[in-house]
Amino acid sequence: MSRRKKRKVPLTQRFREYRFFFLLLVAFLFPLVDRNPYHIDMLVTAGVFMLLASGLHVIVGYAGVLNLGYAALFAVGAYTFALLNLHWKISFWIGLGASAFTTALFGMLLVFPVLRLTGDYLAIVTLGAGEIVRIALNNMDSLTGGPNGLLGIEHPSLPLTHYSFGVDSAPYYYLILLLVLLVVFALCRLESSRLGRAWVALREDELAASSMGINPAWVKLSAFGIGGFVAGLAGCFFAAKQGTISPDSFDFVVSVTVLAMVVLGGLGNIYGALLGAFILSLLPEFLRGFEIYRMLLFGLALILMMLFRPQGILGEARRN
Amino acid sequence: MKSLAEFPVLNVENVTKNFGGVSALSRVSFSVHHGQILSLIGPNGAGKTTLFNCVTGLAHSDEGDLYFGDLLINRLLPHEITAKGIARTFQTIRLFKQMTVLENVMVGAHSRSRAGLWGALLKSRWVRLEERKLTFHAQRLLDFFGLAGKAHECAANLSYGHQRKLEIARALASAPKLLLLDEPAAGMNPKEKEELLVLLRTIRDRGITLLLIEHDMRVVMPVSDRVVVLDGGKKIAEGTPKEIQNNPRVIEAYLGRRGSGDGER
Repeated sequence: MSRRKKRKVPLTQRFREYRFFFLLLVAFLFPLVDRNPYHIDMLVTAGVFMLLASGLHVIVGYAGVLNLGYAALFAVGAYTFALLNLHWKISFWIGLGASAFTTALFGMLLVFPVLRLTGDYLAIVTLGAGEIVRIALNNMDSLTGGPNGLLGIEHPSLPLTHYSFGVDSAPYYYLILLLVLLVVFALCRLESSRLGRAWVALREDELAASSMGINPAWVKLSAFGIGGFVAGLAGCFFAAKQGTISPDSFDFVVSVTVLAMVVLGGLGNIYGALLGAFILSLLPEFLRGFEIYRMLLFGLALILMMLFRPQGILGEARRN
Repeated sequence: MKSLAEFPVLNVENVTKNFGGVSALSRVSFSVHHGQILSLIGPNGAGKTTLFNCVTGLAHSDEGDLYFGDLLINRLLPHEITAKGIARTFQTIRLFKQMTVLENVMVGAHSRSRAGLWGALLKSRWVRLEERKLTFHAQRLLDFFGLAGKAHECAANLSYGHQRKLEIARALASAPKLLLLDEPAAGMNPKEKEELLVLLRTIRDRGITLLLIEHDMRVVMPVSDRVVVLDGGKKIAEGTPKEIQNNPRVIEAYLGRRGSGDGER
């Protein structure tokens, strides 16, 4: 079907494809042109947030579940890899899969309270779940190192060679670029599938969706599983790059920031989530000059957005 | 040998439903036979929609049994009931407004397709084939309802009459044996109502049994094989449209208390 549709509207579709490749080319060449490691590092952080935003986008934008504790899933991903690596010397590449699946399972556990609740109550439960994880990490000293966190996590290295990513930013940049591309590709496929339609239908009208044969519990479970999976990828990458993690990196502010990214770009639109993540993770850096007014300007920008473009920068993907 | 028409598709037996002391349905019994159009009429608050909700699993009856063929469906969940072959529309239109017309119908076929998470990610041959089949069937249904030209429009942009039709198309996409329509003619103009009558008969002639809630007697009377009248949660009459028209209790329920001829439309 998509192929036939393409032929019908070749111009806009082509433009979209070219725009995508153009962006990809710019992204690919960037570290070769701008060799400032600080800039590349900023973009790597932006990449991590892009992963997080696209994962949360599935939960909030598609399944329609307001999740205020997404940082907890990020933390589970990071600690899973850190512990696997520190205790059993598991390499980054295996850890990536292990973290993703562990976090997906953890995300699915969160669904059980979620299924019975809606609205404000739901938001409070997800918020609570997020805090519980952080507090648990803070207090299970013997396992997680408590507030000091875990140190000495191995940096990734290329298998079969002795090349280690080390502290150089460029390899991480390409790795996160690859991860973001893979995740976006997979999520786009899901979006246009039967499951994607079920997600949107559920968000639009849960009662009608269940009367159309959609099992709300199963569909929400899959959304949380996928949201968790992506957060697990991001967490594992984050742990491997930093080499050290502590509960501070996963507090409530992270959850809210990622949610703001998803909403800013346009709820229910993955490109919106990516754009939102890109902007909101770089904006504080650009506002560094204003230092003390930074958070003020940040807040002002969000309020202005809500007033003048409440549907987000790109708006909902399902247009016409 | 019995003909197919003698087998009840839906058996409602002594169904009772209370909402905290208010009795919405009390001991209602009737059955819908294969290939029939049965209309459920009665004043507002008579319990018609509550009965629909009990049949489709959105509410559970306090007492009494509901049989779909031989199958007891009292305790099934809505999506399970749809998978068994009962589909419905809603009194207040509940389309997926942000989705296209075509997507709405494709969601309707959810229980008739099976591609899951891995299917969507790997997009193997059978998944693509299933997608194409779904699209094809959805297109055909839209053709049938005269909505083919609007397949890629957002459902929210359709006119009221078209939205009502789309709801029926979406329900039919689940390939039901029994179709429940909650006031399908509400808000339609006379011409659209005429078309609706034709559509309803065509759907019936394709072997789908219909259970209808409707206020407009110009729709109910010509199209129904049988009519069941509810008032205050009780069944007060059942029979052919002719019998119902002349039934004194029905006239009292409609005219006696309301005072004006066609009270609600």
